Amino acid sequence: MSDSAIHISLQQSQPIPLAVELECHSGELLALVGPSGSGKTTLLRAIAGLYRPENGNISCQGEIWQDSTRKIFLATHQRHVGLVFQNYALFPHMTVLENIQQAITHLPKYQRQAEAMKLLEKVHLDGLQQRYPKNLSGGQQQRVAVARALARQPKVLLLDEPFSAVDQVTRRKLYRELLSLRQSLAMPMILVTHDLEESNLLADRIALLHKGVVLQTGTPEFVAAQPKTATVARLMDQQNLFTAEVLTHDQVGQKTCIRWQGMILEASYQPRFAVNERICWMIQPANILLHRRGRPSSGDRENPLQAEIIEYMESNGLANMLVRIDKALNTNIAINVPLHVAKRNSLGLHEKIGISLLAEGIHLMPYQALRREV
Amino acid sequence: MDWQALTLSVKLSLVTLVFLLPIGILFGRWLAYRQFFGKSLLQTVLALPLVLPPTVLGYYLLVAFSPNDGFGLWLANTFGTTLVFNFQGLVLASIIFNLPFAIQPMQRAFAAIPRQIREAAACCGMPPRQVLWKIELPLAWPGIVSAMVICFAHTLGEFGIVLMVGGNIPAETQTIAISIYDRVQAFDDHSASIMSFSLLLFSMLTISITYWLAERNQHTHV
Repeated sequence: MSDSAIHISLQQSQPIPLAVELECHSGELLALVGPSGSGKTTLLRAIAGLYRPENGNISCQGEIWQDSTRKIFLATHQRHVGLVFQNYALFPHMTVLENIQQAITHLPKYQRQAEAMKLLEKVHLDGLQQRYPKNLSGGQQQRVAVARALARQPKVLLLDEPFSAVDQVTRRKLYRELLSLRQSLAMPMILVTHDLEESNLLADRIALLHKGVVLQTGTPEFVAAQPKTATVARLMDQQNLFTAEVLTHDQVGQKTCIRWQGMILEASYQPRFAVNERICWMIQPANILLHRRGRPSSGDRENPLQAEIIEYMESNGLANMLVRIDKALNTNIAINVPLHVAKRNSLGLHEKIGISLLAEGIHLMPYQALRREV
Repeated sequence: MDWQALTLSVKLSLVTLVFLLPIGILFGRWLAYRQFFGKSLLQTVLALPLVLPPTVLGYYLLVAFSPNDGFGLWLANTFGTTLVFNFQGLVLASIIFNLPFAIQPMQRAFAAIPRQIREAAACCGMPPRQVLWKIELPLAWPGIVSAMVICFAHTLGEFGIVLMVGGNIPAETQTIAISIYDRVQAFDDHSASIMSFSLLLFSMLTISITYWLAERNQHTHV
């Protein structure tokens, strides 16, 4: 257990259920993701001492902030936390400079103004120090909130959906700023967001929360590609989620075969599931290859399927399609290909195409009833 | 113009304010932020003076303060003092009568401060007392001032309770409102009209200040 990290262990059944074991290292950005009401903000508030869970331990950089067994609970003002609120919560009766100065308690009064100016420069707001919050744009308010949170010299930086109140253009700009700012920050950082794209972009690791329970932690790519359960897959917005049964394991060939909709699919070797066991499986759209018309390539041999495009949408340089598999009439698979590939292959609604499901991309999970197969 | 009565009224109003300011802030803040069993009942009791005829409240206070039994008797035996027909009695009656006028606007003013602002202050390292001084009071101040202005004006013009608890003793309990009544009874219409007009002007002034503060508050913080 390294002392330069924050360790959080919380258990509570009422009124908001919580079952959380987390760690975030210095300089690491951990995103708490999950749907509304999953307990992300409650968890963040518990770290800040704004909410007191029944049982738990929180320690940060060697300091114990909460220890239920020893009846220790430090009040918020005694913990060195920097918290950026969703609506920024700037003090409306104070100027930008005064807002930041409030959090500089570690320096003598005559040094506070200079320190606040340094922080303003860091968030590119120098020149606006005499303005009141109501005279700032959403993006500027967010920067003041970040500067104020850093002014406390926090042992942990907490960000509660800090990008949700700004428009998309500003949001992208603020993402870039946070990414560059975090290079110079040495404390653990915890970001609450319900936006998976945002966590993919900003976080080193994510912790997926559902009904107050951390279901899985890992890099955003890992959790999306290797979810532990179908619930995780669903919460990670994986559309291609199905049920099947294990047919054979081939240790020599490092393959596991599954039977799905009367077809046999090859997956990577996943022997933790028994033969004949019912399972859930998923594949990310990125692991589905489009057969080039008239020019079959080597990847085409892996789980080839014929399909018809039943939905076609272009956005952000990608063609997002829903295709209906010929041999499984009620089953649709989501795929996306770069727009230029879609154009070159003249893809469009009701076009017939060939696709391959890459064996390496087929991920098996324990069986659970799926509400609806896409 | 009965200057003695006016001075007494102003003195009564100011002394009442000295007590009501901390009471209003403490109770207003407490009611704004805390949820507890019996809160609605307490709020109902506190709001009673708003709807109760002042003479009814005055009557109950007179009974309670009476040195013949109960609280009044205990007061007379313990401290050798009484609260009927004197200035101290008037002050206590004014405080009780003005409780809702002080507490309710202050409660609204504290409740209007978003919870996150107070939490942000704690995250800045401010202990609760500093949060009150640096954040809550400056933000709730317009509400507090307007509550004080209303209580001041209210006490200045109060008639029923003052007459019941204090009677009509010049220089001791005869306030300007009672003096006006006295003048009318004595067919001194001239004095009555001067004093009434002065109170009218003063009331208009206090209401204007209250509206101005409310508006200013909106412009500053939204």
